[in-house]
Amino acid sequence: MPEPLEAVIGLEVHLQLRTRTKMFSACRADYFSAEPNSFTDPLTLGLPGALPVINRQAVELAILFGLALGCQLEGRAQFHRKNYFYPDSPKNYQISQYDSPIGRSGHLDLGGRTVRVRRIHLEDDAGKLIHPPGEPVSLLDLNRAGMPLIELVTEPDLTSPLEARDFLYQLRSLAQTLGVSDANPEEGKMRADVNLSLRAPGAPLGTKVEIKNLNSFRSVQRALEYQTEVQRRQLRSGEAVRQATFGWDEAAGRTYLLRSKEQEADYRYFPEPDLPPLAITKPWIEKIRARLPELPSAKEARYLALGVRAAEAALLSQSPDLSSFLDRAIAAYPGPAQTLVNWLLGDVAGTLTASGIEIAASPLRPEHLAALAALVDRGEISGKMAKELLPEVMEGGDPQELVAARGLRAVRDETTLTEAIEATLREQRELAERVISGSNPKAIHALFGQVMRRTGGAAQPERLRDLLRARLERLAAERAERP
Amino acid sequence: MPETALQLAARVGRGQLGPAEPAAQSLARIRASDDRLHAFLSLREDAPERASRLGRSAFLGLPLAGVPVAIKDNLNLVGTVTSCGSRMLANYRSPYTATVVERLERAGAVVVGKTNLDEFAMGSSTENSAFGATRNPWDLGRVPGGSSGGSAAAVAGGQVPLALGSDTGGSVRLPAAFCGVLGFKPTYGRLSRYGLVAFASSLDQVGVLARSSADLAAALDVMCGIDPLDSTSIDHPPSFTAALDLGISGLRVGWIRQALRGNHPAVERAMATVQQVLEAGGARFGEADLPTLEAAVPAYYLIADSEASSNLARYDGMLYGLRSGGSDYSAVMAESRAEGFGQEVKRRVLMGTYALSSGYYDAYYSKAMRVRRLIARDFAAAFGAYDLLLCPTAAEPAFPIGERSADPLAMYRTDVYTVGISLAGLPALSLPAGYAQVDGKQLPVGIQLIAPALRDELILAVSQHFERVTEGRFFGIAPGFA
Repeated sequence: MPEPLEAVIGLEVHLQLRTRTKMFSACRADYFSAEPNSFTDPLTLGLPGALPVINRQAVELAILFGLALGCQLEGRAQFHRKNYFYPDSPKNYQISQYDSPIGRSGHLDLGGRTVRVRRIHLEDDAGKLIHPPGEPVSLLDLNRAGMPLIELVTEPDLTSPLEARDFLYQLRSLAQTLGVSDANPEEGKMRADVNLSLRAPGAPLGTKVEIKNLNSFRSVQRALEYQTEVQRRQLRSGEAVRQATFGWDEAAGRTYLLRSKEQEADYRYFPEPDLPPLAITKPWIEKIRARLPELPSAKEARYLALGVRAAEAALLSQSPDLSSFLDRAIAAYPGPAQTLVNWLLGDVAGTLTASGIEIAASPLRPEHLAALAALVDRGEISGKMAKELLPEVMEGGDPQELVAARGLRAVRDETTLTEAIEATLREQRELAERVISGSNPKAIHALFGQVMRRTGGAAQPERLRDLLRARLERLAAERAERP
Repeated sequence: MPETALQLAARVGRGQLGPAEPAAQSLARIRASDDRLHAFLSLREDAPERASRLGRSAFLGLPLAGVPVAIKDNLNLVGTVTSCGSRMLANYRSPYTATVVERLERAGAVVVGKTNLDEFAMGSSTENSAFGATRNPWDLGRVPGGSSGGSAAAVAGGQVPLALGSDTGGSVRLPAAFCGVLGFKPTYGRLSRYGLVAFASSLDQVGVLARSSADLAAALDVMCGIDPLDSTSIDHPPSFTAALDLGISGLRVGWIRQALRGNHPAVERAMATVQQVLEAGGARFGEADLPTLEAAVPAYYLIADSEASSNLARYDGMLYGLRSGGSDYSAVMAESRAEGFGQEVKRRVLMGTYALSSGYYDAYYSKAMRVRRLIARDFAAAFGAYDLLLCPTAAEPAFPIGERSADPLAMYRTDVYTVGISLAGLPALSLPAGYAQVDGKQLPVGIQLIAPALRDELILAVSQHFERVTEGRFFGIAPGFA
């Protein structure tokens, strides 16, 4: 039995920031699905004489993100030029950060494990090269060029491909909660590079390889699994792992060599002379701290304290849209939060999924869901009536008004309910007999359902249950008194 | 004798002269003299029509109403070619205008053409232009200095009263000295660099060439001030025009000791003239020691070339500029750059790339930056004792065309008195202060006035005093062009 090898994984994640303009110019940033090359300006095109100007909003989003990650932020941030020739980068250098990033020494908690964040920094994105299949040309779209990116680098604290994927999910949810980034891998707004080495437990770090440009969480996991196997085989057969950079072919499910260590580029970093150092001051940081929303971990703890079931608390805390809806509903609702969660993750989510609408875009108002649940709690309508009302409430209808307009009221009237009970007992003698004789007390539930059906679902359930139980108990008592 | 910029502006600004007139006259003078000087790379033939179309009233009261100006061909003006003296950009038309040019135009100035330069401003003689050398109006066999040689020759040759250049290590001051005009480089950040094609970003400054201190001040007044498009630009400009009358009484002036030896006798005479005139006005003279200046030339070339290697990376034949054939993009880039750049540009890009390379960064770029800080510290210390520092702009008058083209180091040493000031980011003026007689020709020489950072206006006060006392006899148009 060979000694087990453990994976040592680090991530480098790029998040496109949600800003109004590009990283270093007033060029608008909302280019998604626009005509190619329609969102450009002299800087984006790298025209002679154009100069960069730091986007304050981008810096503040990076500070916000850094605060949420517990980064050290105060001090002097400096931009550097990273020089390399590539046609998607019109300046032929990237404005990035080298030895003075915006934030350092942060962490992200991953279900009890802490993953250290080495640094976060700001940089501008490249354009997009398109290679039409079968044609001897490449096309260039510079709409994305100059977009602001946060690059986050972790320490090699992750121990499995699955954990790496979890980290990315957590990071995405954090970025979305903060409004820092849409963090949407499908639109290229979140991309990851990974590095991986294997070692025997407790042994020094092994030689690492890097896999670049992974565009989905699934690719991250698969590429890491693939390379783990490759390295495991190499090490088992006594081969040395060679330091190298790989790409990932999602369709073929395998990595391919991009370059070996000897071919690593020399980026000739030097301080960006067009941009003076940026002072990240304490008052500035504190001003931004005040904008910090509740983070997913705190949110999850709050839901648990409100009595929400653990799995659902975790799920809700990861979704800024669902949780913000829930929070507004909770504020308008006196009952237990779990009741709202049941509605939200049950019928509401089902209806939304069926219609393909996101909760944020739905006309359903949190106060209305709260009102609907409260009507049931107060016995004014039955659960069944509430479910029937839901489609209209989800169209924006106010449950109070709907109930009033239709005269929908749960039936509490003793005479009406007693009549229904008597009629049912006459019809369902056999069932009734089981309860009265005590041979199957649970048959009372079936009887309850029958009576409810007879009232067209309008009976107020507690009232009906009380009356039915009382009636059956009386019948049982009468029988016992008989000689 | 053509009028000064302010004389023209006064007449156009009061409606006494049509706004197109000065530009038309200027273009006529350029057409008459530029086959000898080759100061211009392109003319804006329609400049008078443009001014007419705006109408007389549009110019009323403007500080530079109707003043014809020339701009160095590394400053962008929308719709015109910005060649930078390079084959690479021979046909490149800019879709936008540099901030300084826009501000000049808003003040009523009319751009009549774009002037020759060493390719991408890399040079001290304007011989490194892909479109041929500019000649010195005082001696057509000599260089005008560089890299803003076209702008200096245009002002000295009476083609325009005012021109913009750019100064990275002396590129405004040296040609001003060689051509006998005023050439001012402000404190780094005083003038916006937005739209100035970058050579070495941490050193590049737009500069002004003129034949009178008042013209110079008027141009600076309309151009200075913060520009939101240039993060290194600075706010709160002084009033240069108001500073003209500050006087010099009690001014403490120091000669830079490191620049006192090895100068041409005519340069020494000019130094004496300046001292005499200023002392008579109440200034007191001494000597300032700036030992670190000895390392200025190597430090300057390391930093400037390092930045240039990155700034010029964008010229790759992809989006604009010269594109040469090749089988793939890297071949296209390599071929375009091989064909588009001249010898000197290639040399500097290679030097800069080398200096920034991993393993050499500490020995070259990083060390040069340390030297830069030491030089700035030396200057700051000297300004503890003096209000103004002086040294020649160049050790000698203009040299013959071709003399130093084959010897880059000799060419680089031409800048020995100017680059240290650039490294420290200080404001400096080349003041025409005398003439040398060489081979039967009269050649101007210049003295540099250097002020502490942000005290640019002090220099104008001294320049104005000198101009008044000497009755402008060193500030004229070259004989044969008046």
